[in-house]
Amino acid sequence: MPGPDKETDLTERIEAFLSDLKRGGSGTGPLRGSAETARETTALLRRITAQARWSSAGDLMEIIRKEGRRMTAAQPSETTVGNMIRRVLKIIREEYARSRGSSEETDQQESLHKLLTSGGLSEENFRQHFAALKANVIEAINELLTELEGTTDNIAMQALEHIHSNEVIMTIGRSRTVESFLKDAARKRKFHVIVAECAPFCQGHKMATSLSEAGIETTVIADAAIFAVMSRVNKVIIGTQTVLANGGLRAVNGTHTLALAAKHHSTPLIVCAPMFKLSPQFPNEEDTFHKFVSPHEVLPFTEGEILSKVNVHCPVFDYVPPELITLFISNIGGHAPSYIYRLMSELYHPEDHEL
Amino acid sequence: MSAEPSVASSSTPATQHKKTTRGGTRHFTEGGPVKKDGIQQAKTEGKELTKEEKQRLRKEKKQQKKSKEKKDEKASQESEKEKKPVSSASPASQPPTQPITPKAPSAVPTLVPVPASETPAPADKPAKSKAEMKAERRARQEAERASKQGKKGEVGQQAAPGKPKAPPSELQPVVKRLPEHVQVDNPEVLKKLAKKLERQQIPLRSDYGYKVSLFSHLHQYSRKAPLTQQLSIPSTVIHPAIVRLGLQYSQGIVAGSNARSVALLHAFKQVIRDYTTPPNEELSRDLPNQFNFLNQCRPLSASMGNAIKYIKKEISNIPSQCKEEEAKSKLLNCIDRYIDEKINLAAKAIAKSSIEKISDGDVILVYGCSSLVNHILCEAFEKNRKFRVIVVDSRPRLEGREALRRLVQRGISCTYVLISAVSYILPEVSKVFLGAHALLANGYVMSRVGTSQIALVAKAFNVPVLVCCETYKFCERVQTDSFVSNELDDPDDLIVTRKGKTQLEHWQEVPSLGLLNLVYDVTPPDFVDLVITDLGMIPCTSVPVVLRVKNVDQ
Repeated sequence: MPGPDKETDLTERIEAFLSDLKRGGSGTGPLRGSAETARETTALLRRITAQARWSSAGDLMEIIRKEGRRMTAAQPSETTVGNMIRRVLKIIREEYARSRGSSEETDQQESLHKLLTSGGLSEENFRQHFAALKANVIEAINELLTELEGTTDNIAMQALEHIHSNEVIMTIGRSRTVESFLKDAARKRKFHVIVAECAPFCQGHKMATSLSEAGIETTVIADAAIFAVMSRVNKVIIGTQTVLANGGLRAVNGTHTLALAAKHHSTPLIVCAPMFKLSPQFPNEEDTFHKFVSPHEVLPFTEGEILSKVNVHCPVFDYVPPELITLFISNIGGHAPSYIYRLMSELYHPEDHEL
Repeated sequence: MSAEPSVASSSTPATQHKKTTRGGTRHFTEGGPVKKDGIQQAKTEGKELTKEEKQRLRKEKKQQKKSKEKKDEKASQESEKEKKPVSSASPASQPPTQPITPKAPSAVPTLVPVPASETPAPADKPAKSKAEMKAERRARQEAERASKQGKKGEVGQQAAPGKPKAPPSELQPVVKRLPEHVQVDNPEVLKKLAKKLERQQIPLRSDYGYKVSLFSHLHQYSRKAPLTQQLSIPSTVIHPAIVRLGLQYSQGIVAGSNARSVALLHAFKQVIRDYTTPPNEELSRDLPNQFNFLNQCRPLSASMGNAIKYIKKEISNIPSQCKEEEAKSKLLNCIDRYIDEKINLAAKAIAKSSIEKISDGDVILVYGCSSLVNHILCEAFEKNRKFRVIVVDSRPRLEGREALRRLVQRGISCTYVLISAVSYILPEVSKVFLGAHALLANGYVMSRVGTSQIALVAKAFNVPVLVCCETYKFCERVQTDSFVSNELDDPDDLIVTRKGKTQLEHWQEVPSLGLLNLVYDVTPPDFVDLVITDLGMIPCTSVPVVLRVKNVDQ
């Protein structure tokens, strides 16, 4: 019977994915971009839907939640995994609701009135079995995958609306989204890019080489010179690791300084972030927000005797409050930071915020 | 006069001889003063009256006039006697010097006094009179120049021009020349500099690598090509202590504004000790050469500029009848006193005031390696204040590691982060202490690049920022951004090898890629809460007041 083989095959794949996540986050394994992670997560979830044994939507959601908890525990800072899981859970809910025949609009709005009058409606336990559910869910997940594949291109297509000629644009570190954004604009316009190298990993160097190969005038500066050069910059365009629920960012370290400098000079700060980076987390959780890597990057072991007497910190992320951000550019268009909460309610169901 | 015919007779055979040798025409006029003869002769011969000869003749006329005036004051007999030899000397000098002049025009002025000094008896008087005449001429020229300036000053100033002690900053038309090191994009300035350096035998350092267009007005040198490779060996122009100092500057061995100034002053003490004044020359004539060499190695800082001004002033203040040994020891004492007062004592005074600002339980953030801030922290630790320090560092210089070593050696508990993590660590911080390279007259603080960033983030988190700076670093320049006057360091410093891969290794081959390694930046005064100086604790905007007070004192 193909069942057990399928199951072992499935568990193997899940285990492989988990170990990949664990290794990738520490900076030693192959660094994968968030888009790849999102795609792999969604593919894996599709496989689970197809191959795992479940009879009703509730079962499927339980299985996915369980696997999702393991995946997020493997690498808590990789929020795209959790985001994709929540998206898929929302898809399942929608498909279930459609199969049941109830309209989508009533389910979406959770007004106080509804809560009081309906009473039992929120206690949907998704126990009904629908034969077409599996196919529908898989089809919807395929749509999600197509959307994921096109995000970078969708964002890059908007580049010409935001960059005029002879501009000086500043960016920090390396973001594949911003790279394709700038390269797309460079096909038609001439502008100058200043890249802050973002110590200690110096990802900015790779970004600069890649941009200059596309023919864009690029300059690499040290992190310390960000404020010094900011007065000549027209726009700041950055990528981010996560967009938080309040419209703030969890971006690579140094971004908060960059945002403050841009605010001081009244330079617009544009964040290019696809929708799968939007996460329902808030920045208040101090212990889970920051991630640290080996201090060897900051103070190498060759420094010798002083190492034992000194505390060295090497945080990876920075929090940028929403007041410092001017615009978000995502694959569905441009938004102000104050609109992010609304987008989030469209993407995820409130009950899935806690996996 | 009686003298003339004899002279004429003595000269005519000579002139005749000359004429026959030249196979020239037979025009010569007998009688009349010999000079007229000579000139008419030359005129008739036309082409031979060269410019030098004309000048020489003019000079002789002047000298004769002067000697006549001088001799009028003295006894008439002497004057008559002198007139004869003088007048005999000059025409006698004419023919012998005439054939020589085409070959050695520069020797003409020396030849004229030489035959005069060879004349018998009143030989000293003519020689002295020539020197005195020269001095008189110079005095006259200077008087003319002064009167011209006085006229200009009258036109420019409306205040009473007679005050000798008028404060120099009042109403004087400020025609400052832009320093060369911020005019690299002007080819004429570069040509002038190249010529000047060639004359002084100082090699010109060439720029390296692709310069970002915003900074094309500044120099960018490579550390791998030190200036001394092109230096020619006879170092009579530049003292070896200065050569060593220049190398130390350009390789970054001596870094930090206090260290550089102290090293400069010590090197000059050595130069002064070894200096022997050649006759008619002064020490201040040779100094610009040394400074030009140092400027080529690394542009001079504001504190060094102030130190140099002080040295020059001291040298000019030395009375001219002072003997050499005495003058030298005076100068050495002055320099020692400057170092003591302005640097060492100032550091003690600043430490004393700063310790009041450090309380127990403080978490103090410092950036890079400032000798003054390190001194303050060590003093505070000695006085048993309980605090801990966070040292922020930045690539590519990584000077914070040096500060870290010094503090850890004293036993202060430290934390170390890079500048990109400053917004992570700032919520823990209670005060920020920053050092300065110079304080500009509009209240901006010029310091190591990254200082303005730290001040910005500290302001955003409402943490007080204190800048510690000695008064000798106060500068009369004004600047609002970090572009117009800065220093570009070697761009190769930004290249780093991580995990065996060097991303920017071939940056020179990629035409659209540039690396920018700035050294300084300016912090606006609204980010700085307090400046601690040896004169007290002042706000940033009081810098011009301090400068004015200092100028009046001097």
